Amino acid sequence: MALLIYELVQQALPAIRAFGAGFLISTNWDPVNNIYGALPFIFGTVVSSLLALLMAVPLSLGIAIYLSQFAPKWLRSPLGFVVELLAAIPSVVYGLWGIFVLAPFLGRTVEPFLSGHLGSIPFFAGPVYGVGLFAASVVLAIMIIPTISAISRESMLNVSRDQKEAAQALGATPWETVKMAVLPLSRPGIIGAVILGLGRALGETMAVTMLIGNSPKISASIFAPAYSIASVIASEFQEVTAGVHMAALIEMALILLVITLMLNLLARLLIQKTGGRALKSRGRS
Amino acid sequence: MAGCITTKHLSASFGDIHAIEDVSVEIMANKVTAIIGPSGCGKSTFLRCLNRMHELVPGARVTGEVSWDGRNIYAPEMDATLVRRGIGMVFQKPNPFPLMSIEDNVSAGLRLAGGRMRKAKVAEIVERSLRLSALWDEVKNKLHKPGGSLSGGQQQRLCIARALAVEPDIILMDEPCSALDPASTQKIEDTMEKLKKDYTIVIVTHNMQQAARVSDMTGFMLSTEMGEPGRMIEFGLTNKIFTMPDRKETENYITGRFG
Amino acid sequence: MNLNLNRDPGEEVRAADPEPETAAATEPSAVEAAPDDALTAPREPEQEPQERGALGRDGELRRHSELHRRSRIIRSDLAHILCALSTLIAMIPLVLILFYVIYQGAGALNLDFITQLPKPVGEPGGGMGNAIVGSLMLMGIAAVIGLPVGVLAGTFLAEFRSPRLSWFVRLLADILSGVPSIIVGVFVYTLLVLTFKQFSALAGGLALGILMLPTVARTTEEMLRMVPDSLREASLALGIPRWRTIISVIIKTAGGGIMTGVMLAIARIAGETAPLLFTALNSRTWPTGIDKPVASLPVQIYQYAISPFDAWHQQAWAGSLVLVLMVLILSVGSKLYFGRKMQRAR
Repeated sequence: MALLIYELVQQALPAIRAFGAGFLISTNWDPVNNIYGALPFIFGTVVSSLLALLMAVPLSLGIAIYLSQFAPKWLRSPLGFVVELLAAIPSVVYGLWGIFVLAPFLGRTVEPFLSGHLGSIPFFAGPVYGVGLFAASVVLAIMIIPTISAISRESMLNVSRDQKEAAQALGATPWETVKMAVLPLSRPGIIGAVILGLGRALGETMAVTMLIGNSPKISASIFAPAYSIASVIASEFQEVTAGVHMAALIEMALILLVITLMLNLLARLLIQKTGGRALKSRGRS
Repeated sequence: MAGCITTKHLSASFGDIHAIEDVSVEIMANKVTAIIGPSGCGKSTFLRCLNRMHELVPGARVTGEVSWDGRNIYAPEMDATLVRRGIGMVFQKPNPFPLMSIEDNVSAGLRLAGGRMRKAKVAEIVERSLRLSALWDEVKNKLHKPGGSLSGGQQQRLCIARALAVEPDIILMDEPCSALDPASTQKIEDTMEKLKKDYTIVIVTHNMQQAARVSDMTGFMLSTEMGEPGRMIEFGLTNKIFTMPDRKETENYITGRFG
Repeated sequence: MNLNLNRDPGEEVRAADPEPETAAATEPSAVEAAPDDALTAPREPEQEPQERGALGRDGELRRHSELHRRSRIIRSDLAHILCALSTLIAMIPLVLILFYVIYQGAGALNLDFITQLPKPVGEPGGGMGNAIVGSLMLMGIAAVIGLPVGVLAGTFLAEFRSPRLSWFVRLLADILSGVPSIIVGVFVYTLLVLTFKQFSALAGGLALGILMLPTVARTTEEMLRMVPDSLREASLALGIPRWRTIISVIIKTAGGGIMTGVMLAIARIAGETAPLLFTALNSRTWPTGIDKPVASLPVQIYQYAISPFDAWHQQAWAGSLVLVLMVLILSVGSKLYFGRKMQRAR
C-alpha cells in the first residue's frame, strides 16, 4: 500500500514540479504542446459519479428495504442473488452493451425527451449524442446498485427484532416500522454503502471510457461528451511519448487514489459502526 | 367496561413448533392477570397472540378466537395495527428507540396515529405518561436526551410510558422485569398497581412471588413434555391458585417441586 | 426525525377531515378536568370516561384516526410496491444485458472463434483463441501470486488475534478492495514495465493478483473463524504446536470454504480490463511466455468494441458471451457451494 503511493508520487513528480497546484484547476489538456490540466477530468469523474448516485441510491434503498423487510422469506435470497449477479458482469461487457444498445436507445428516446421538455435548463440543453456523460452515468448507476443495495440490506438486517417489535406494538404499519425502527439505526451503514458506491463509480474505468465520449471539455449539458480520470489514463497511457505526459497521467491516478482511499476509509468506519453497535440480538426470547 | 379479553380454543404455532393448544380464558377488565409457568410452556406466545404480535414471527399460525370487548381480533375486517394500538405491549428486554429523544420515544405512537396535535398537547401526554410510569422525576430535565442513554430500568419504564401514551385499553407485559435489578422491579410493580385502575394488565412472569404480589388473577401454563404444546392448566383468582389450587400440577409448580 | 415525515401527510388528512377542529376545541377543558397528580392519587371510577374522552381513548382521537389510518395503510402499501418495483427495475438491465450478449454473441460463436487467432480486418473468420488462453494464463499467474499471500493474510487475521493489528490489517484489506483497478495497473506499470522496459503476462498477472488479495484474505478469515474453537483446543491439547495446528487441522477443515473464496476472487478478476491495458498489453499471436505481452479476452473485447468494424463488433459480442459464461460459472458455482457450506455450518 505504502509502496503503491510511494511509486505513484515518484513517477508523478515531474508533473507536480511542472504544474504545481495549477494542475488541479487548469482546464487545458494539450499533449501536443505538453500542457496538462486535470480539471475537465476531475469534473467528468465527479459529475458522472454523482449523477450515477442520484439514480442508484433511491433504487438501491428500495431494493434493500424490500429484500430485508417486505419480501416474502422464500423470495429474499434468490432475489438478492440476482441483484448480486449484476456485480458479476465484467465492466467491459457493460461498456459493450452501453455502446451498442443503451447509448443509441438513450440518444433516440430519453435524451430528446428530456431536452425537449426541460431544454430551458442548461443541464438538459444542447445536442444529444447518445454517448456522453449521461449514458456513462446510467451504466455507472447500474454497476453500483449491487454494492449499495447489498451493504444497506446487511445493515438493515442488523437492526434487532426488538426494535421492530417496539414500533409494531405501537400499531405501526410495515412502512412506519421501517421509518421508525429500521432506518434510523441502519443510517450509518447506509451512508457507508453509498460512499462505497461512490468510490466504485469514481474508479470505474472501462464502461465509462467506452461511453463518456472522451472529450476533455467541461459543458453544462449532461448529454455532452466528457472525460474522466480513469478513462484518460486508460486511453492515453499506452500512447504516451513525452515523460511529462506520463507524469501528468500518473499524477491524476494519484489524485483518484487519494479520493477513493479517503472515501473508503470513511465508509468502512461508518459500516463498522452499524455492525458493532450492540443491537444485534436477533434471537427470539 | 372496556378492556376485557376472551380467548376460545386458542392454538398457535410457528413453523413445525406447536406452541400453545386450546387455551380458553377470560381476562377481566381493570385487573392484573399473571400468566406463570416453566420456561417453554408457551406463556409468551399466548401473550403475543392477544395483540396479534405472534403473526409477525415467520411461519406463525393462530387458530381459535380472541375477543377484545366482544370483537374477534382475528376477524378479517380487523386491522392488526389498530389492535396493537388498543392493546399495548412491553417487552422482556427494554427496547426504546435508542437514537430518538426520550420525549419522542413516548410520543412515537401518538404521532403515528396521526391527527395533528398541538405541541402543548403532546407535551402534556408525554408528561402524564412518564408520571404514570414513575419516570418523570428522573428525566424531566433531559427529555431531549436519546432514549438509549437511560439505565436498563429507566428504559423499561420509558417503554411502559411509550405504550401508555397511545391510551390503550390493555397492556401486555412479557416478563418486563426479568432483565432488571430489584429496585427497578419494585418501581415497575408499583407502576402496575397504579395502572390497573385504568387499564387491564396481562403480565407473563417466571417469578411466582411477583405474580402473587401484583396480580388479581393467575393462569398457570404447562407443557407436559418437551415438544408438546403448552396448555392452560388452571386459571383463577391469584389467592386461590397460590393457596389451594385445584390441580396437582399447579401445586407442584407453586411449591417448587419442578420448573 | 423520521417522525416528522409523518406530520405532513397527517395534515392532508386533517384538511379533509373537519373532525379535529371540534376535538381540539374540546380538548383543553377536558384536560383541565384531569390534573396531573390526579393520576397518581386514588380516583373515583366515574372520572374515567371523561378522562379517556379527553385523550381520545374511545372518543375523538379514535374516530379521527379512522380516516388517517386508512391513509397510513395506503402509504405503507405504496412504499411496499415502490420497493418491490425498484427490485424489479434493477433486474431489467441484467436481463437485457444477458439477452443481448447471448443473442448477439451466439451468432458469432463457433469452434473457430475458440480455436483460431484473430484475423486482420476484411478477412472473414478468425477468433479469440489466443485471448482465451491468455486470459487463463493471466488468471493462473494471478492465482499463484495472490493465493498464498491472501491465505496467509487471512490466517493471520483469524488466528493471531492481536486486536489492534488485525483491525488495522482488516481495514487495509477493505480499503485495498476499494482501490480502483486501473490504479493498480498504473502501479504495476511503474513497478515492472518501466523497470524491465517490457509489457508482460507477468505484469498483468501481478496486477490481477493484487486485486484478488482482499477477497481471498477476507474469505479465508471468515472460513477460519467458522472452525470451532474446540477443534483448535483439541489439537493444541495434544501438544501439537500452534503453526502445525493451523496448517493441519484448521486449514484442512476450512479448505473447501477457502477454495470457494479463491474461485470467487478469480471470477472477479477474470473480467478485469483496466489493469491489463498497460501491463499485459495485447497480442495477436499465441502466448509465447510470461515475459511477453499477452492477449486477454477483456482487452480484446474492448479493442474490438471501440473499433469501427462491424465484423469486429460481432467478435466482441461473442467474446463477451464467453467471458460472461466464464465469470458466471465461476461465481455462481462458488456461491452456491459457499451457500451450502454456510448453511451446514449453522
